[in-house]
Amino acid sequence: MIELHNLTCLYGRRPAVHHVSGRFETGTMTAIVGPNGAGKTTLMRTLAGLHSDFEGRVVRHGRIGLLPQTPSLDKAFPITAAEVVAMGGIAGLGPLGAAPSAARVGEALHSVGMSGFERRLVGTLSAGQFQRLLFARLTLQDAPVMLLDEPFAAVDARTTADLMRLLHRWHDEGRTIVAVLHDLDLVAREFPRTLLLARDKIAWDRTAVALSPEHRLRARLTAEAWVDDPALCQDAA
Amino acid sequence: MIQFLFEPFALGFMRRALAGCVALSIAGPPLGVFLVLRRMSLMSDVLQHGILPGIALGAVVGGISVPAMGAGGFLAGLAVALLAGALSRATGGREDSQLAGVYLVALALGVAILSAQRGVDLTHLLFGSVLAVDDTSLLLMAGAATIVLPSLALLWRPLVLESFDPDFHCATGGRGALVHLGFLALVVLAVVSGFTALGTLMSVGLIMLPAVAARHWGETLGAQVIAAVVIALAASLIGLLVSFHADVPAGPAIVLAAGALWIAGVLAGRRESLLRRLVRQTHFAG
Repeated sequence: MIELHNLTCLYGRRPAVHHVSGRFETGTMTAIVGPNGAGKTTLMRTLAGLHSDFEGRVVRHGRIGLLPQTPSLDKAFPITAAEVVAMGGIAGLGPLGAAPSAARVGEALHSVGMSGFERRLVGTLSAGQFQRLLFARLTLQDAPVMLLDEPFAAVDARTTADLMRLLHRWHDEGRTIVAVLHDLDLVAREFPRTLLLARDKIAWDRTAVALSPEHRLRARLTAEAWVDDPALCQDAA
Repeated sequence: MIQFLFEPFALGFMRRALAGCVALSIAGPPLGVFLVLRRMSLMSDVLQHGILPGIALGAVVGGISVPAMGAGGFLAGLAVALLAGALSRATGGREDSQLAGVYLVALALGVAILSAQRGVDLTHLLFGSVLAVDDTSLLLMAGAATIVLPSLALLWRPLVLESFDPDFHCATGGRGALVHLGFLALVVLAVVSGFTALGTLMSVGLIMLPAVAARHWGETLGAQVIAAVVIALAASLIGLLVSFHADVPAGPAIVLAAGALWIAGVLAGRRESLLRRLVRQTHFAG
């Protein structure tokens, strides 16, 4: 579970996420959606502990597994697919912790349909294959809370369906899943809960309620651009 | 030919220089591979110039002694690494012009302090001399390698994680800044350890050039590290022989040898070489 208490994520004095409170309950599967500039990725980075300029509180219960946005990774780094997947098993173990066995790495790759890719350098993988590789790493990380930032970017429909099955399996195992997504049809079909964000929290509820036409209209009407001379926030602590 | 190869090493100072360069060739290039992969080539320039004022101050305080100058160089290198890190954060990662400023000032400061000192041969300090490799220098080079190698082994996992996917490393409890600083401390130690034989301006050459050349020979990280060490060992041997027979400073001779091996890799290496581009091989069926 992750609790947000009056969370405001900042870039200097500008809020990217404004006074959001609520909980990602244990065992729930939630999509974070919203227009461009809504603060989705900033919120995700704050949940993961990567963005430290915020007011309010974030309380994490349990280890965090993260599938970051692809552009933040160095695909030119000369490591193999198996080594990337093994990172999921060694993260947080320190230098002397036992690395996952080749069999476990192989199983994780198999779970995303990438058996036989063990020795491929990551730089030679397609965008879709790379994304599946990150899912395999998440499998080995075996965390109770899984954060996924745009997990289906550059992935074709069939791969998206395969990876969604994996997400549902993790959800069925009782893990908490939080994913930033753009495809509202996919969210409506597959995600039981949704946080609709447009800097402010527009709605955080069952997906059918959160994505009601009224809420979507409110999200669309939020100005993306920063105002030149903004007023001071009256709710600031 | 045999005489050309073996005669120099009948002399004690040449054997010491060779042993020291072997130590640096084993410890330095793996760090160089990470410097290249982390796109920190400019940082290696900054560190090699940054140690000079420390070495100079070490000479002022403790006289012309390897321990005093080495300690001064190490402390100055760490200070420059911290300053560079602070500049990097302050400029949001666009630190290259600031780093260039740091190393120019450091070089000028080091040369100014050393020029005021009597009894210091600036050429030897900047470019190295095999004659300067006494037992203390050898101990410094071997000792540094003894510290660098196990430390790098302990740092390997977080360094790979931090280089490949810094967000994942941070989100799983990794401390990127600490890993970065620990890595820079090892680089400083390796650079300082080579200053007597290779000179402050050249010792980074034996760390960086083999690493750059290794990209043309190894595909994986492990293969690149092994290739870099082999290239550095070959460059050390060739450079010391050239230094002895042609009477040129050891630092430039070794770095030129490493440069020649790098060009050989660019021309005819297994990966991304001109030869590979010119000679088209039949592609596979699937």
